[in-house]
Amino acid sequence: MSVSIPAPRSQRIDPKYKRGPKSRGSFEMLAWLFMRLSGVVLIVLIFGHLISNLMVGEGISGISFGFVAGKWASPLWQFWDLAMLWLAMLHGTNGVRTIINDYAEKHATRAWLKGILYVATIFIIVLGSLVIFTFDPCVAGSQLPQC
Amino acid sequence: MSTELPEPPSKIDLKPGVGGGGEIPSFDITLRVRRYLPEATADAYWEDFKLTMYGTDRVLDALHKVKWEQDGSLSFRRSCAHGVCGSDAMRINGRNRLACKTLLKDLDTSKPITVEAIKGLPLEKDLIVDMEPFFQSYREIMPFLISKGHEPTKERYQSAEDREIFDDTTKCILCAACTSSCPVFWTDGQYFGPAAIVNAHRFIFDSRDDAGDMRLEILNDKEGVWRCRTTFNCTEACPRGIQVTKAIAEVKQAILARTV
Repeated sequence: MSVSIPAPRSQRIDPKYKRGPKSRGSFEMLAWLFMRLSGVVLIVLIFGHLISNLMVGEGISGISFGFVAGKWASPLWQFWDLAMLWLAMLHGTNGVRTIINDYAEKHATRAWLKGILYVATIFIIVLGSLVIFTFDPCVAGSQLPQC
Repeated sequence: MSTELPEPPSKIDLKPGVGGGGEIPSFDITLRVRRYLPEATADAYWEDFKLTMYGTDRVLDALHKVKWEQDGSLSFRRSCAHGVCGSDAMRINGRNRLACKTLLKDLDTSKPITVEAIKGLPLEKDLIVDMEPFFQSYREIMPFLISKGHEPTKERYQSAEDREIFDDTTKCILCAACTSSCPVFWTDGQYFGPAAIVNAHRFIFDSRDDAGDMRLEILNDKEGVWRCRTTFNCTEACPRGIQVTKAIAEVKQAILARTV
């Protein structure tokens, strides 16, 4: 069995290592920056959320449909939850995107995984935003006082 | 007839414990080398060599002993054998090290010492890999002085403080221990890799160089500094003790400061 080994310093390079065309713009830089900034904001948002839901007042036993309805009557909590939803989803999606980029070896695998990821992200963000904005506490048979 | 002269004292008896280094301790080791012979077998395999080595020996000496006394087909790269040329980076007990700077006595000699080629680059034979992709990335960041304006008649002045900024990254010997320890580089070999970024850093922060912006633009690529996950494998692997991850972070900040 003979193997042909190309001459050294012939500048031939394994095609696997040929870098694709140069990327335009600064998307990767902005994504990197976003991860750091959203991470800091999320610490405040998530701990605020946990403290207000689980530790203040009746604590965990006080959580019910009525409790959520009461919270979303205030624009502050609507904004809080919306910000948390968007930042957490985009932060998490970008994290998984980098993991896919790091671990998927084939272009096709990478494209498929990222495609599924983006569809799932958009679905959850749209659904969550709709729930926050179109929430109606007065469902049939509701015993809340404002209905 | 000449009289018998007493023999001059050629040997002076020293008191025990005075002078001399004494006997160098020797010990038996098992060197487990990852062999790859493309002419003979399709796959790489482990081969054990039993050796008696001394306390002053390095992994490179053990490899020499195998090559010179047991199996001449063992192939590896080495030039200066003193930690300067950067030829003999290899994976010793799972860590990227220079074989010429790793003393056997510092390793666990009770277990086999594993030696394999650095990962992430195409394997050619035994411990030899194709370094071309590594040097390709190095060339892309333009590792040479680019200056605008008139050439000074004498030297290009630089203050000691300005020199200090990039002092750490001037130490690189291009051994590829960092790049081939980087898990992001292992994935697809597209990432520029720590060594290219370290050498870009050396010119980006050089006050005499005028092409810093060009290099930052090159490293702002999707395969550039933003693929660094700060796992610190590179810093741990560097035989010159360069703070590689720190240098990458400084390049990231320079790109950010330039754009934002």
